Amino acid sequence: MAVIPVSRQPLTLLERTYLPQIAGGLKTTLKHFFSPKDTMEYPEERPAIPAGYRGVPTLVFDPHGREKCVSCQLCEFVCPPKAIRITPGAITPDDPAAHVEKRPQEFEIDMLRCIYCGLCQEVCPEEAIFLQTQYSTTGHTRADFVNNKQKLYELGGTLPDAHFKWDKKKAAEEGGNAH
Amino acid sequence: MDFSFYFNFPLWVRLPLQGLAVILVLFPLAAACSMAERKISAWMQNRPGPNRTIAPIIAWIPGMGILQRLGIFQLAADGGKFTFKEDPVPGHVNKFYFILAPIIAMIPALTTVAVVPFGAYISSAGQLTPVILADVDVGLLAVFAVSSLGVYSVILAGWASNSKYPFLGSVRASAQLISYELSMTLSVLPVFLWINTPGSHGTLNLFDVVAMQSGVGLRWDSVWFGFTMPVSAFIFLVALFAETNRQPFDMPESEADLVGGFHTEYGAFKWSLFFVAEYCHMIVGSGVFVLLFLGGWNPLPGLPLHLLAGWLHLAGTPLLMGALGIAIFLGKVAAFIFFFMWVRWTLPRFRYDQVMNIGWKKLLPLAIANLIFYALAIALIQK
Repeated sequence: MAVIPVSRQPLTLLERTYLPQIAGGLKTTLKHFFSPKDTMEYPEERPAIPAGYRGVPTLVFDPHGREKCVSCQLCEFVCPPKAIRITPGAITPDDPAAHVEKRPQEFEIDMLRCIYCGLCQEVCPEEAIFLQTQYSTTGHTRADFVNNKQKLYELGGTLPDAHFKWDKKKAAEEGGNAH
Repeated sequence: MDFSFYFNFPLWVRLPLQGLAVILVLFPLAAACSMAERKISAWMQNRPGPNRTIAPIIAWIPGMGILQRLGIFQLAADGGKFTFKEDPVPGHVNKFYFILAPIIAMIPALTTVAVVPFGAYISSAGQLTPVILADVDVGLLAVFAVSSLGVYSVILAGWASNSKYPFLGSVRASAQLISYELSMTLSVLPVFLWINTPGSHGTLNLFDVVAMQSGVGLRWDSVWFGFTMPVSAFIFLVALFAETNRQPFDMPESEADLVGGFHTEYGAFKWSLFFVAEYCHMIVGSGVFVLLFLGGWNPLPGLPLHLLAGWLHLAGTPLLMGALGIAIFLGKVAAFIFFFMWVRWTLPRFRYDQVMNIGWKKLLPLAIANLIFYALAIALIQK
């Protein structure tokens, strides 16, 4: 290893008075005094959320307004902290979405348990659950932190769908093809 | 307006009233300094500082938003907090002296202002008269004597706290104050050597110091002493930082190594008294510096107050001329307070041995050399 000898110069008389350094420091702080402030004033200003951000898990509708979740409960099973609780429910035959398997009767995500890992989104075969940009969860009681089905759909809204798989399935059945 | 009814009051009514008026200005001013400190430190650190506090009723008044952004209402919130929060007295302290210390801190802080003139007006006799509580000849000597009593409160607080960090803090404070008191006193002597011209009536009065900086136009006595005696001004300034326990000399507090220094065990209202006392010392100290070296209430060198008041046709009304003088004086003091805070948020704290080295090995010899130089120079000029 190369050794670089560094000669330490003794301080000059001016440096020993501290004054040039003090003046330099005062100049720096004065510059910051007038410079624009870095603080983001939070509730009024919001941070820009980057793409791929994992916020609060939400349920989404497809562009036709059908709720995409079929309550297969894969997310409930995969959820590491067991934050999801699904009560499956049947769809009545006169429902426009009657060709779909099931729908959740109740869907609860306990945000005090959720670790925002995104496994529910990854595992979902219906592309029904997404971790979106919502990052702030507040409440006064433990119950306030449990997002029920209605709240989850409110947060989720409608996302575009590339497949419309249940409609295709219905069309295929009507055309005589079971699959 | 006729104020003769006021001057017909007996002296024992007038003096407490005047004193009360000054304290009622000084105390909120000191409190406002704490707000200014928070805002200035914030701006220097690229933060906006406290800007949210506002009372709901006041928020309805239009234009209050600017005051809110400046944190004016935070001041009331801070004051309310210090007044109403629990004020514990730890079990291990000497209760009598523990409670006495913050009271003693306030007394010298509010007393020194009595001999500091804030402005001047032309009296009915046509004479320039200071706006001052106690126009005494000892002047500056009284300021030094009383303000150095402030260290007793620090010593009492540290000792009565019966705890090692406060004790170390107060020991440091007393050593530091004694060390810098010497340089401070020596640094102002040239000013008084100069104003006490041979054959004149001897004085230590601060009003006479300003009178000697009030020449009109390009004259020898229109130059402020800060320009003719820069080394004196510099030594006084450094000693002032040390005496008011401000950065980079805030040895008694030294949060990094002494927790909170002498007020570690204090909280709530008693702590806020120490705090306000520190700012009062700063304001009075800045005032004395302005009077000694920056021409007091004179707006510019060569342009004294009575000339400006004459131009503005205020010389005939003592009330307005006094107000003008006080405004100019307070403006200079405010600029100086800003400098105090600017330095505080720029420099790190000196190590204790550095403080002692600077005080005894550098500042004191410099002050003595400065005194000898000016004594000889003044003897030659004024012979």
